[in-house]
Amino acid sequence: MPCNTRLAWTTQISDGVGHTGMSDQVYFDEMWGTGGSEGTVRSPYAPFNSWLNGEDPKHLRAKQREAEDLFRLTGITFNVYGRAEAEERLIPFDIIPRIISGREWQKLSRGIEQRVRAINAFLYDIYHGQEIVKAGRLPQEMIARNEAFLPEMIGVQPPGNVYTHIVGIDLVRTGPDQFYVLEDNARTPSGVSYMLENRETMLQMFPELFSENRVQPVSTYPTDLFNSLAACAPEGLDRKPTVGVLTPGIFNSAYYEHSFLADQMGVELVEGHDLRVQDGQLNMRTTRGYKPIDVLYRRVDDDFLDPLTFNPESALGVPGIMDVYRAGRLTIANAPGTGIADDKAIYSYMPEIVEFYTGERPLLENVPTWRCSEKDALAYVLDNLADLVVKEVHGSGGYGMLIGPTATKKDIAEFRKKLEARPSNYIAQPTLSLSTVPIFTRAGLAPRHVDLRPYVLVSPNGINITPGGLTRVALKKGSLVVNSSQGGGTKDTWVLED
Amino acid sequence: MLGKTANGLFWMYRGLERAENTARLIETGQRIALTRLGSTDDEWRSVLQTAGSLNGFIQRHEHVTKDAAIDWLLRDKDNPSSVLSSVEHARQNARMVRTALTGEVWEAMNGTYMRVKEVLARKISERDLSGVLGMIRQRTGLVRGATHGTMLRNDIYDFARIGTFLERADNTARIIDVKYYVLLPSVTSVGTSLDNVQWETILRSVSARGGFRMEYGASNEPRDIAQFLILNRRMPRSLAFCAHKLRDNLGYLASEYGHNAPSLAKIDHIERSYLSFDIDAVFDYGLHEFIQKMLTSLSELGQQIEVDYRFYE
Repeated sequence: MPCNTRLAWTTQISDGVGHTGMSDQVYFDEMWGTGGSEGTVRSPYAPFNSWLNGEDPKHLRAKQREAEDLFRLTGITFNVYGRAEAEERLIPFDIIPRIISGREWQKLSRGIEQRVRAINAFLYDIYHGQEIVKAGRLPQEMIARNEAFLPEMIGVQPPGNVYTHIVGIDLVRTGPDQFYVLEDNARTPSGVSYMLENRETMLQMFPELFSENRVQPVSTYPTDLFNSLAACAPEGLDRKPTVGVLTPGIFNSAYYEHSFLADQMGVELVEGHDLRVQDGQLNMRTTRGYKPIDVLYRRVDDDFLDPLTFNPESALGVPGIMDVYRAGRLTIANAPGTGIADDKAIYSYMPEIVEFYTGERPLLENVPTWRCSEKDALAYVLDNLADLVVKEVHGSGGYGMLIGPTATKKDIAEFRKKLEARPSNYIAQPTLSLSTVPIFTRAGLAPRHVDLRPYVLVSPNGINITPGGLTRVALKKGSLVVNSSQGGGTKDTWVLED
Repeated sequence: MLGKTANGLFWMYRGLERAENTARLIETGQRIALTRLGSTDDEWRSVLQTAGSLNGFIQRHEHVTKDAAIDWLLRDKDNPSSVLSSVEHARQNARMVRTALTGEVWEAMNGTYMRVKEVLARKISERDLSGVLGMIRQRTGLVRGATHGTMLRNDIYDFARIGTFLERADNTARIIDVKYYVLLPSVTSVGTSLDNVQWETILRSVSARGGFRMEYGASNEPRDIAQFLILNRRMPRSLAFCAHKLRDNLGYLASEYGHNAPSLAKIDHIERSYLSFDIDAVFDYGLHEFIQKMLTSLSELGQQIEVDYRFYE
């Protein structure tokens, strides 16, 4: 050891073993490769590692606490549904950054851009000619019988022809060159405020790291978001477009993010009861009367958007807003009905979708997926429940899924019943050997599984991908679930200038 | 600015002001209790009355005792005007209007909330009371300072100030309302120790003993105290001062928006009809009636502001 303050590994890299049941599993660690702490540090992490070796763990522990205080004071909290006690909780933040080289990032961003283009083309097609169905590349029932498909959107021309203004592509890594897309978030991807605040926090706590490492900035995101949204404004406006952020309100789990984004963009944060449709236009109630909104970045689900068109019980939306939208006098971001593209059953067709619309081979791989609606697939899944991850087609947030390798026999038996009762409601995937990145624990560094959600902005001016994104980390040893609602934490994500 | 945001700012700053005023009332009550012999329960009863929460208290407690009164005023969640409830209310509104606040104001507000919530999680012992009350005054002062030092002087600031001064005027009026009888010139026992204590209570509850001495020297004329609390234009908690600030801020709104709202006419009327004479005119009108009139007018003014600036619909 070069230095006696060196942080000790508390566990072997392959520590996931006993927990996942995959006895010969060796995980790829993004800092140490597959060699564990005895291995050689991978090059993007080399400068960081030498800095780390010079740090006193006591000092780092104090910094970790300082980070938490900062987050609490800024109010970066989320609300956990169904828990009155812990109304506002912090998402744990880990001070060890996740580092990606510029070269790795370039490759990823090309793949992301291709995928996002395909998703937009797919959505346009689905709500217009449905060429992909006519070409026999996607079964008709995948659309017709899909809850996320909105017949109200058929033939609607969204301003600028953009459907998914804001996309989050969830990626996982299993090896030095192997990435998979785990999920496309084409409705309302959340978490971007953490990407920004994590970086702010790191800049405040460890400014020296940013002079030693050339980290690409993420701080332009709010401006990029505003410009991207404004560029999607309805055509023929005779003034600068007014943008607003629509939140379900202060009790929503992502309220902090909604207010953060509105604040950073310098636009109004509105709720349904601040809005009204008047003279064929969407208006907000200001202290000086009603003023028009041209672009609405909504963080309210489709179903609640317009009680006249969708859920009549909704108090979160605005009666008549869909009429304004269909008349082309409002941009709704993301467009209603985009959920069809991030549906987990459609996900399994993404390689075909990318090829169909771009004419190219997909640059990013899908995780192999069994559609339980298909008889052979179902039989395979039922036979191999203990090795697979089974997810609800419309589920999110890590709820309602089975992780075979870590599940008890009882869990599996119960899940089997649910699966047999409604097979089309599920898809299954192999358990991936997700890469790890060390986290800072009381006892030193310890490897934990991570995923990555880069954020993508789409406008007629082009596709903008912020270098970095949100790294979510499963803080529990061996756990593969990174969702914040289930004990996941986050890390700052660095993309280096090469 | 959204009507909802104006509403949130208004109530955020009312909540802060109320928390501070309630802390000051507790401090006064405690001070009187310590410097007087015998039962002080009547004193606590009038503190509760001033805080506008005697009825709520009586519904839940058989007797007025010092401990119960302090706990009720400080941290009872059933009391919407307790310090804890007021700070929570202020912070809830601050979250709602987060986009209108500077980062420093938000952090001061959130830090105040976190600290107050932590400290008031348990019953406060008599020994700790003074420290806790001091902390509340300092923390609310911090939010006010951040507001003063970092916020643009635009309509956002105006609504914050309007909330502050409406709450403050209401608080001062209620202090006088409960104690008006000791300020009446007809009281013959001038100079008795009982009256001295009463006057001191009044001045302490608006943090104005020092200010009063500066303005009136060693006087302890009830007339001077009434003049000071109602009409003195330099005293930051007097009715005239608060009304003047309300007028200023409603005036700024009118010029920024290019429209004179009915609430501006209303505050104009309050100032001209009630706060432009000397104290003898007030006594002639009847101090009690005067204060009642002020309380009603302030409440109507609040309602008019809600309507003028579309707080709700």
